[in-house]
Amino acid sequence: MRAIKQPRGFSVLLIVALCIPPALAITGLASDILGGTRYFGSNPIKEGEHFLGRWTLRLLVVTLAVTPLRQLTGWNWLAKHRRTIGLFAFGYLTLHWIAYAFLDVQLDWTDLKKDLLKRPYIYLGMTALVLMIPLVVTSTKAMIRRLGRNWARLHRLLYVIAILGVIHYAMAVKKDLTDPLTYALMLSLLFGWRLSRWSRKATTAARTVGSPV
Amino acid sequence: MLIRPAADIRSSELTPEAAYWNRRDWLAAAGGAFAASALVPGSLRALAQGGSPVAQGTPYGLQPGDKPTPWEDVTGYNNFYEFGTGKEDPAELAKGFNPKPWTVKVDGLVKKAADYQLEDFIKPSKLEDRIYRHRCVEAWSMVIPWRGIPLADVLKRAEPTSQAKFVEFTTLFDPRRMPGQALRVLDWPYVEGLRLDEAMHPLTLLATGVYGRDLPNQNGAPLRLHVPWKYGFKSIKSIVHIRLVDKQPRNSWQLSSPNEYGFYSNVNPEVDHPRWSQASERRIGEFARRKTLMFNGYADQVASMYSGMDLRKNY
Ligand code: HEM
Repeated sequence: MRAIKQPRGFSVLLIVALCIPPALAITGLASDILGGTRYFGSNPIKEGEHFLGRWTLRLLVVTLAVTPLRQLTGWNWLAKHRRTIGLFAFGYLTLHWIAYAFLDVQLDWTDLKKDLLKRPYIYLGMTALVLMIPLVVTSTKAMIRRLGRNWARLHRLLYVIAILGVIHYAMAVKKDLTDPLTYALMLSLLFGWRLSRWSRKATTAARTVGSPV
Repeated sequence: MLIRPAADIRSSELTPEAAYWNRRDWLAAAGGAFAASALVPGSLRALAQGGSPVAQGTPYGLQPGDKPTPWEDVTGYNNFYEFGTGKEDPAELAKGFNPKPWTVKVDGLVKKAADYQLEDFIKPSKLEDRIYRHRCVEAWSMVIPWRGIPLADVLKRAEPTSQAKFVEFTTLFDPRRMPGQALRVLDWPYVEGLRLDEAMHPLTLLATGVYGRDLPNQNGAPLRLHVPWKYGFKSIKSIVHIRLVDKQPRNSWQLSSPNEYGFYSNVNPEVDHPRWSQASERRIGEFARRKTLMFNGYADQVASMYSGMDLRKNY
């Protein structure tokens, strides 16, 4: 496929765009809590926490969509931005966790402990958070080189993380499952795309091996 | 039973705090005017200024530091799934709802079953302004100045028979007027129930208004319950049917998730919801969490109704 060059300024634009949701969350929450405004409505801590949770999930889906999009369009320059988007997803998740632990539960250790041990949606979310740490640690160029093929294997964990995120979401909402199911559908499509490519590759490989020389 | 409107908090103490969120409107009017204005009914003042109404009424069971939750929050942050599942949906989606005329049916195990026009239903009683604490099962809370009548008044008028043990309430079912009912998030219509002694308790209020005004649609116009010692979902909105029965009625949230929501649903800091702690709550408008009080602070008045009951089992 013909290589298509990255539009000028894309890298900067991407980073600026990725800074917008957390900037809105932080300024909105600060203003609501300290200044009594209602950017996040009447219950800003809850709403801010939810806002960050939803953005984490969106960004995880976007990260997972980079490779299929690159393969579909031939925009190979997209590949290097996958890391940026993934790192921002981790940043959003960290803020989501901070909103939970510092603002919502207000570092009440008994509550934090009880949540973590007894409440499935919390320990699934925490599992997702912990699983992201090795991905962040291995996101440097040196690590990519060092891990070789294992790097790609390791980073397939992102699917597990996103699936945990969706289950967590479905358990956190009270009744209306429309949004969690929408995310589940998007993930299935992305996953289906990968599976079909893998199986195609596998059959091609098998045919190559099995064919008489 | 004697219900004392918490003597330690006089409503004169409440008013300046209640007026606090009108600060902007008030900046112009200095000290003396402020004192004078306390004498004018809050709703009149608000109308004159086109601003938010000021809380008025007798405080019931308020705790130190409790002050009325601003009108904007009381009418802008609602769980009313008949008008959408988001907290801000009802204020938006209920705008076009017309609660007039409204008929309430009272029947079942009563001597005087009847269909009433809302006005005739309310008229025999004296409307009271009462400031109550409100605790949602989702661990947030408010302080709300309701206007209404004791439920006991209308029940007595219907003359329950000796077999009547419970009261069942039903919300309007009309998906064309209540767009949220198009989505099967709950099994419509919404139903709720109380034991007869709970229903007859002098604190149990049938509200027709809030902040001295008729109930806004998103708050359950034109007629809703408020049971201050129970989680908010017991306080059913837009009631069309009150039926006296001999068996414990089913209630919508219990039907939908029996392991999370029970029939009694008394506020109880010791019994957690499966997904969150009920030991503390966030008062809307405040940052630090508050401790949740047994029976939401109304234990003196209501605990005796549950003596001998295992409140862990009967959540
Ligand atoms: C990949 C990881 C995660 C994702 C994608 C995620 C996403 C979400 C989403 C989408 C929501 C619901 C927002 C809404 O209702 O609109 C949510 C709620 C929530 N999340 Fe997470 N989350 C993750 C991890 C965590 C972690 C690690 C914690 C804390 C230990 C956490 C705590 C919460 C809490 C407390 C809620 C609110 C539940 C409620 O209000 O009842 N999440 N999350």
